[in-house]
Amino acid sequence: MKRTPLFPLYTEHPGVRCIDFGGWELPGQFSGIGLEHAAVRERAALFDVSHMGEIWVTGRHAEAYVQQMTTNDVTRLTDGAAQYTLMCNTEGGTVDDLLVYRVTAERYMLVVNAANIEKDYEWLKQHLLPDVALEDRSEVTALLALQGPLAGTVLSQLIDDPAVHNLAPFHFLPEVAISGCKVLLSRTGYTGENGYEIYADAADAPLLWRALMQAGEPEGLVPAGLGARDTLRFEACLPLYGQELSLSISPLEAGLGMFVKLDKAGGFIGREALRQQKETGLKRKLAGIEMLERGIPRSHYPVYAEGRLIGEVTSGTQSLTLKRNLGLALLEIGHTAVGAEVEVEIRGKRLKAAVVKTPFYRRPLPGKGV
Amino acid sequence: MSVVKDNCVYSHEHEWAAGAEGQTVRIGISDHAQSQLGDIVFVELPQLGAKVDAGDSIGSIESVKTVSELYSPVSGTVKRVNETLLEQPELINEQPYEGGWIAEVEVEGQVDEALAALLTAEKYRELVE
Repeated sequence: MKRTPLFPLYTEHPGVRCIDFGGWELPGQFSGIGLEHAAVRERAALFDVSHMGEIWVTGRHAEAYVQQMTTNDVTRLTDGAAQYTLMCNTEGGTVDDLLVYRVTAERYMLVVNAANIEKDYEWLKQHLLPDVALEDRSEVTALLALQGPLAGTVLSQLIDDPAVHNLAPFHFLPEVAISGCKVLLSRTGYTGENGYEIYADAADAPLLWRALMQAGEPEGLVPAGLGARDTLRFEACLPLYGQELSLSISPLEAGLGMFVKLDKAGGFIGREALRQQKETGLKRKLAGIEMLERGIPRSHYPVYAEGRLIGEVTSGTQSLTLKRNLGLALLEIGHTAVGAEVEVEIRGKRLKAAVVKTPFYRRPLPGKGV
Repeated sequence: MSVVKDNCVYSHEHEWAAGAEGQTVRIGISDHAQSQLGDIVFVELPQLGAKVDAGDSIGSIESVKTVSELYSPVSGTVKRVNETLLEQPELINEQPYEGGWIAEVEVEGQVDEALAALLTAEKYRELVE
């Protein structure tokens, strides 16, 4: 199995339990999903997400190229800004969801899902424009995610730079030093909480991990694994590729229409299919559901209404923050209005559930004392 | 290191069983099993009065990320279930052998015979260590 440069450090935490995540041996948890989840909501936690892929796009026509490959409007980015976006195939199915970082108009970093790195790279290569170069730097790039309301406080122990403190959400600094290591620092994350993501040379990752853990000790910073990352992103209703998104699920079906700019200059791959979906009306859509009877919805559980199969659960768990049994489900459009009654088949029994508002969790706005 | 109680016997699926009042056997899951599952958030208890065979699935235990079957380590009739677990499933994590017990099954023959088919604490320790 593949391992990140931080793997040797995991064993310093006696409670660590590793899991196989798409061929990667990664920490599922360090101290317990519940504790790690709460740490992100209340204080801060550090995740190793070095398995994520980083593909660099450079050259004179880099902007036009990224524009053509992705659904969001990359021309709206300024240097030092990033956006959430998707790549689609010509049928409108989702190839991947990703972050695009604009360093300059001729230099972009695409951050893609670990399981899709090769597929994405091939897809990108197939559609390459002249004077554009691709480089997959996933193997030599480590990624640490520092997430939680105290993430900024922890970071300020290591960097005393006003630019860091003024960094707005979805903005980044292409080159800052943390503990003598050159990193790309961005105010992004996948937890629904405030936080930062730190892209570094793989060789620097252990030193950075230790420095951050030490700096965060007074604030109660803990290491967190993929288990908590999933429960956190789920509460915030951030999609997970392979569950809410796939080659057969379009961004519009997944409720990500705000990241699909059908009318942007230059067009993009999949636009015609998505436009048609929008014009003829979606047949199915992602909805939040809450169990009304005792049971926890899980991926692939079938969903019924009026005695008929109308879709399936894409993700589900007991929300650790809200203590409610919640799911995301891809359902026939006629059953996706808030309040609609559905049934989830759990271990052979159909149990009552209702469509509820999403996201399930929204972080409190920064107020006094923050 | 997980705790293996000497006064219990164990199944290969990590349930424990111990003689309770009269003809009944109390069952639960081992400390090893709860620690593997992680934070338990939901328990589907066995049906009261159900006739079960050893090895039958009689309920489920769900952690944040996983769903696990609960298998009966003995054959008999479900006489009691631990309803406290409906509100406090975390008792299985905190006290797997005490407050986290799951059900009591009345066996048909001798309790000792029903338990003799299972692993001794010593054998179970070898299995999980």
